[in-house]
This record gives sequence, structure tokens and C-alpha cells, in this order.
Amino acid sequence: MLIPCPLCGPRDLREFSPRGAAVTLERPDAEALPEEWHAYLHLRDNPAGATRELWWHGAGCGAWLIVERNTVTHEVIGVSLVTGEPEQ
Amino acid sequence: MIRLAVETPLGGLCVSHGDLTLAELPAIRLTWLAPWPGEARAMSHALQAAHGVHFPEPGETLENGSTRILWAGRAQALLAGPAPATELAHHGAVVDQTEGWAGLRLEGAGAAQVLARLCPLDLRGKAFPPGRTARSLLGHMNAQITAVDGGLELMVMRSMAGTAAAEIEEAMRSVAARG
Ligand SMILES: [Zn+2]
Repeated sequence: MLIPCPLCGPRDLREFSPRGAAVTLERPDAEALPEEWHAYLHLRDNPAGATRELWWHGAGCGAWLIVERNTVTHEVIGVSLVTGEPEQ
Repeated sequence: MIRLAVETPLGGLCVSHGDLTLAELPAIRLTWLAPWPGEARAMSHALQAAHGVHFPEPGETLENGSTRILWAGRAQALLAGPAPATELAHHGAVVDQTEGWAGLRLEGAGAAQVLARLCPLDLRGKAFPPGRTARSLLGHMNAQITAVDGGLELMVMRSMAGTAAAEIEEAMRSVAARG
């Protein structure tokens, strides 16, 4: 599998570390209700198909990437840099 | 007064196998630059004014006389050669990493073939011409790989110097043996 890093270009899988579903970018506020924390921590989707994940290009440019890919076909649909700004 | 000589991580290693040569690069001052958020353009201007090079784009290397600058990751660069201008520290992190790296140069027609055994990138001249640099893997080591006239330059963490040299030499022997 090749992941097209927005900075480095298409790179081999071994340069990246998968860091789980990209929901971690939408962390609830510290004051959020327990129900919201419960949903964030435990109620995760496990889709067969399109997913949105975080990958770290640790053996490349060091950037965190949002990788949209299909878990059935392994097709990478889109890649973007995590900006550090809260997701809308 | 006793003056201590600077020792490079590999003690000036230079080995050949077939037409391939692996040599340690001479010690050179290295400064890691990382602009603060929103300061990338200002740091680039400061670099241009003081050292005659701008902040490199991803994968780019630039030269001005004995000054070189290498792109070294997202919003990071390595300045090689001069003492960094004090102005640079107004726009980002400026860290001396001279002693943190080991540098090697691999020369010979089969240099890209040798590194194909260790690195996932296509380092042949057509895909990776002089002026290009990349962060990638050399075996299990993170490395900075730069194309130069007549060969490839490799930088790894100083602590990995011996392993890098041994792994490259092993690959050189294998490629040379194929004739
Ligand atoms: Zn990258």
C-alpha cells in the first residue's frame, strides 16, 4: 500500500504508523457530559468500506495525516495534513 | 596547550567494493530550523538576507557558496555550513545539531541499486536528481537522503552511524558481487 503524503508524495506503508480512527481529532471538551465522553471513548464505528483514520509519517516528514481509505479495497481516497486547528 | 582534534562518528571511514565507494562526510556545522506557527515567511526572508537561501520547499535543497540548506520534514530544515544568523531565532527554533548526525556519501554507478536494498524510495537519477532531498528509511533507521552530483549523501542519527555504515557496506558487497 502506498500513502500519498501531501508533503513527500506517494510513500511506502513502512514509513507510516496507523494511529486509529480520526475521531480523536474531535475530542469532547473537559466539561462535556459523561454521555458525550462515553460516546467518544467507547461507541466507535467499525465500517467495512470508507474510513477516516490518522496516520503518522514518522519515518518521513513527521506530519500527522488524515487518511480516507476503503478497508475493503485498500483504495486510498484522500489524504490531508492535520493542521492543529479544531475540526469543523 | 593540548588541542583536541574533532573526531567524526566513523573516524573518517572510506571503503570501496567494485566501483562503489562509501566515505564519511567531513564534519560540518548543522543547525536545525523550525519556524514558529505563522513565522515561516519571516524566517525565509531572514535566511535569504543572512545566508542567501530561502526556506526550502518539501524535498528541496539549496546552495549558496559553502552554505547549504536541506528540507528536513514538515516545517523543518537543516542549515549546513555557517553559524546561524541571530535573526533566525526571532522566527523559530534554532538548534545546533552538529554532533547529532553522521554523514556518508555513496558514489558509483550502482549507488541507487545499493540503496534499493535498504530504502523504499526510487533513488535513481531520473526520479531523484541532484537538488532533491528526502526523509525516509535506511533499513530500520530514519535517514535524510540527498542527491548530489555523482552520488547520494545519507545522514543518520550519530548513534546509528556504525549500523548505517555496516548495512550499506553489506548491500555494496552484494551489488558488487553481481558484477
Ligand atoms: Zn510526509
